[in-house]
Formats: sequence, C-alpha cells, structure tokens
Amino acid sequence: MMNELAGGALIGIAAALLWLGIGRIGGISGVIANIFLINQGHRNWSLYFFAGLLASYPLYVLLAGTPEMQITANKAILVAAGLLVGMGTYIGNGCTSGHGVCGNGRLSLRSMVATCTFMAFGVLAVFIMNLLNL
Amino acid sequence: MNQNVMKMITPLAAVIIFGLGLLVSGMNNPAKIRGFLDVFGDWQPALMAVMVAAIAIFALAYALSNKMKQPWFHSIFHRPSLTVIDKRLVIGSALFGIGWGMVGLCPGPALLNVMTGQWDVVLFVAALLIGNRIAHYTVGPAK
Repeated sequence: MMNELAGGALIGIAAALLWLGIGRIGGISGVIANIFLINQGHRNWSLYFFAGLLASYPLYVLLAGTPEMQITANKAILVAAGLLVGMGTYIGNGCTSGHGVCGNGRLSLRSMVATCTFMAFGVLAVFIMNLLNL
Repeated sequence: MNQNVMKMITPLAAVIIFGLGLLVSGMNNPAKIRGFLDVFGDWQPALMAVMVAAIAIFALAYALSNKMKQPWFHSIFHRPSLTVIDKRLVIGSALFGIGWGMVGLCPGPALLNVMTGQWDVVLFVAALLIGNRIAHYTVGPAK
C-alpha cells in the first residue's frame, strides 16, 4: 500500500507542478493529440512532456531496478484494445490522468462522469475477459 | 531564470516525476491493473490509493491556483473549456474503459512501457496512435 500511496503522491505532485508552473492540465491523451499538432508551434510543452515520460523509465531502472511488467493479452487483443483506447480517449477527451487525476481534482462533474464510465467498463471488460479465459 | 527555459524545464521535470510515480505505484503493470479492475473476482484494491493520493494533491494545487493571477512561468491558466456531459463523453470513456480492461494499459503507462522494448507494448501503442487518428478523421475534435 505504501508504494501505491507514494506513487500516487508523485503523480499528484507532477500534475500540480505542470498546472502551477505553466498552467497546463497533465492529461496524457491531450499530449498525444497535441503531438499530432506539433507543427503549430504553441504545443511545444507536449513534446517535452512526451520525451520526459520516456526518459523516466531508464531513470527508474537506474534507481530501483527493472519494474515488474506483465502482459497476458494475445496479439489480436492488444491491437483491438489499443484501437479502443486510442479512439475512446480522443472521443471522450481524456483518460486516467486528465479526467481521473486532474478532472476529479478540479471537481469537474464531466470528469467524474468520465471516470465512473471508464472504471465501470474496465471492470466489465476484465469480467468478460476472465470468463473467456483471455 | 528565463521564462522560456522554465517553460521547457517545468513539463520535463513534471513528467519525469509523473513517470516515476507510475512505476513506483505499479500503474505500469497490466497484470496489476487487471487485478484492480477484477472487482467480481480476485480483486486487488491497492491501486485505489494511487488515485486518492494523486487527486488529493492536485486538488490542493488547483485550490491554490484559484488565488493566483497566472502560473509561475506562463501568462494564463489553460482551464479546460468543455463542461457539457454528452453522449460523446460517455461513449468515448466507455470505449476507453473496455480497451483499458482488455489489456490493462492506459495511455501514460503504455507510452512509458515502450521503453521496456517489448514488442507487445509497441504493438499496443501503434494501435493506440492509429485509433487516435481514426477518431480524429471520423469524429473530429470536440467543440
């Protein structure tokens, strides 16, 4: 439980720093959408955000060793799920970070609805996947 | 320090902390996410603490920002302009939730895990980016 609390605190501090520092919501889906607009110049922060996210992995490995990461889904499921996550976060304008952390932290009703919806459908998906032994 | 330099350093520092948070908490691990979402089976609720801690700290920062005229290194707070709860929000979130549960990866951890060099992650992220563009060219941005 301590790891989860500490990790969550780091995520909260990161979102706070981005908001208080440059007035941006730390939503990964927004950053991904922005990467496709990068030629418009004013979205540069998203590029730094993207690069830094990748850099955090080797930094963690250096400090704490290789983290546990286990994927059980097969290739077809991976592609289908990736498409769903890509489309869903674009259409719903957010994911676990933008709606889940920042939106709920702002007490945005919109983000609360989004969070309850993706949590409920996530639970449903896992239930069905387990029924089908996938 | 120069504001333009801080505009680069702030998101870099923030996201490195963000990435470390994902890794420390185990949000990067699809098996752990699946366990967290397995409410009707072998439920592992520990990841709830991640959301609670993160939301609480951001809520404090947001409350603080209401008393500030502008961010430290930028001229305005880019407050989200969308407030409407519509079909689009619910359908998009539902699609995301289904994909999230199927594999156990949401966008941040998925991008981060590319660094593991596992082809399964690369495949997922490629599909995610294609899904993003499909939605962009069919549904289009929210107004």
